[in-house]
Amino acid sequence: MMDCCYIKEVVKGFFSLCTGMRVTMGNVFTRPATIQWPRKAAPLPDRFRGHIMMLANDKTGFPKCIACTSCARNCPSRCITVTGKKPEGAKKKVADRFELDFTKCSLCGLCVEICPVGALDFSRDYAMASYTRNDFAAMDLLQGLGSPFKDA
Amino acid sequence: MNISLLGIVGYLVGIAALVGLNAVILVWLERKVAGHMQFRLGPMEVGPHGILQTLADGIKLVSKQLVIPDEADKPLFLLAPIVSLVPIFAAMVPLPFSETVQAWELNIGLLLIIALGLLNTLGILLAGWGSNNKYALLGGARAVAQILAYKIPLLICVMTIIMMTGSFSLRDIAIAQKDTWNVLYQPILFIVYIITVTLETNRSPFDFSEAESELVAGFHTEYSGMGFSLFFLAEYSYMFIAAGLATVLFLGGWHGPWLPGVAWTLIKIYSIIFLMMWFRWTFPRVRIDQMLSFGWKILLPLSLINFIITAGVLAL
Repeated sequence: MMDCCYIKEVVKGFFSLCTGMRVTMGNVFTRPATIQWPRKAAPLPDRFRGHIMMLANDKTGFPKCIACTSCARNCPSRCITVTGKKPEGAKKKVADRFELDFTKCSLCGLCVEICPVGALDFSRDYAMASYTRNDFAAMDLLQGLGSPFKDA
Repeated sequence: MNISLLGIVGYLVGIAALVGLNAVILVWLERKVAGHMQFRLGPMEVGPHGILQTLADGIKLVSKQLVIPDEADKPLFLLAPIVSLVPIFAAMVPLPFSETVQAWELNIGLLLIIALGLLNTLGILLAGWGSNNKYALLGGARAVAQILAYKIPLLICVMTIIMMTGSFSLRDIAIAQKDTWNVLYQPILFIVYIITVTLETNRSPFDFSEAESELVAGFHTEYSGMGFSLFFLAEYSYMFIAAGLATVLFLGGWHGPWLPGVAWTLIKIYSIIFLMMWFRWTFPRVRIDQMLSFGWKILLPLSLINFIITAGVLAL
C-alpha cells in the first residue's frame, strides 16, 4: 500500500486539488454572467420571435393590412380574427379589426410568412404578465395605429 | 485574575454581539463567495450588495413557527440546538485577539477550546436522536463515527505545536511566534490542521452529518425557524473559533507589521474562513468511507511522522 505509486497518487491528487482551486479563484475575478433583471435586460437576438404585430403604412400611418385573411386562414391554431372594409374612395380594403388570441398562438410565424403585403412582423415584446388570461385572449393589434374609420 | 460580575456580563454581551455579527457576515460572505465562484452575483437586493440579506433571513427565521414532530423526543429536540450553541460562549474565553485583548488568560486554553469543540458533536447527536427521523439519526450517528478519524490527527497537530512552545496557553503560543510563524516550520501540519478543521465544522467536502445530497439535511432535517438558525449560528461560530485557533497556532496570532494586533488577528481569521469557503465551493464531496480511510490512513500517519520528526529535531 505504502509504495511509491501510492505516494505519487497522493501528491498528484493534491496538485489536482490546487488546480481546482485555481479555477474557482479565476471565476471570482471573471465578470459574473448574471444580468440584473429587471434593471438591465439581456440583448435580444435579431431573430427573436415575440407575438406578432401589425406594421403601419409609412405614408398614411394606417395599418398595412389589406384584410385578405390569408393569415387567419393559414393559422394552424386559428387564433387570428381579421375583418376589413374599403375606406371611401380607396381601391383596397384596410383592416378595421385585427385580433390575436395569444393564449393559443404557438409563434409558428406562418402568418408573417404568408402575408402578401408584409404587414405582420414579430414584436420584441417579451415581458408580458397579467392576472387574467382574458388580457391575452383578444389582443388588439391595431392599437396605436391610425385608422381611416375612426371618425365614422 | 479577579472575576467581577460586571466583567462576566460585559463578556457575555460582547461575545453575543461577536457571534451574531460574525454569523451575519459569514452567511453573507458564503453566499457571495459561492456566487462569484459560479459566475453569479449572490444576494444583491437587500442593502448595498445584499449585505443586509442575512438580517432579513434572520428576522424571517425568528418569526417562523418551531415545528416539533409528534414522535420526537421533545426535551432532547429542544435542547440540541442550545447544547450546540452554548459551548461557544465558553470556548471564546481563552482566544487572544491581541496581546491585551483577551477575555481571560487561561493556562490550559488550548485544551478548553478542543474539549468544548466536542460538545458540538453532542448537540448534533442529540438533534439526530431527538428528531426521531431516520435521516437525522444517520446524520447524528455519522457525526459521532467520524470524531476519532479527525480528532486524533487534530490533537497530534496541536501536540506538536505544544511541544514546540512548551505551553498550553494560547497567549504564550502566539508570543513564541513573534519572529517566525509556526506555519513556516510546519507547513504539512498546517494543511493537516486545515483539513481536520474542515471536518470538525462539518463543511463540504466533508459535510457528512448535514449531507444535503444524500440525507435530506442530516441532523437538522426536522428543525425549522429558530432551532435551525441556532444550528447555523453554532456552525459559523465554530468556524470562527477553529480559524482563530489556526491563527494562534500557525499564523503567529496578532503579530504583523503596521496594523494593530486585533486587526491582524481578524484578517488572519477571516482569511482562513475564506479558505474554507473556497474549499467548499471547489471540491466535490467525498463519501463517508472515503473520508474515514483518508483520516486513518493519511492524516494520522502524516501527523504522527511529523510529530516524531519534530520531536527528533527538538531533541537535537
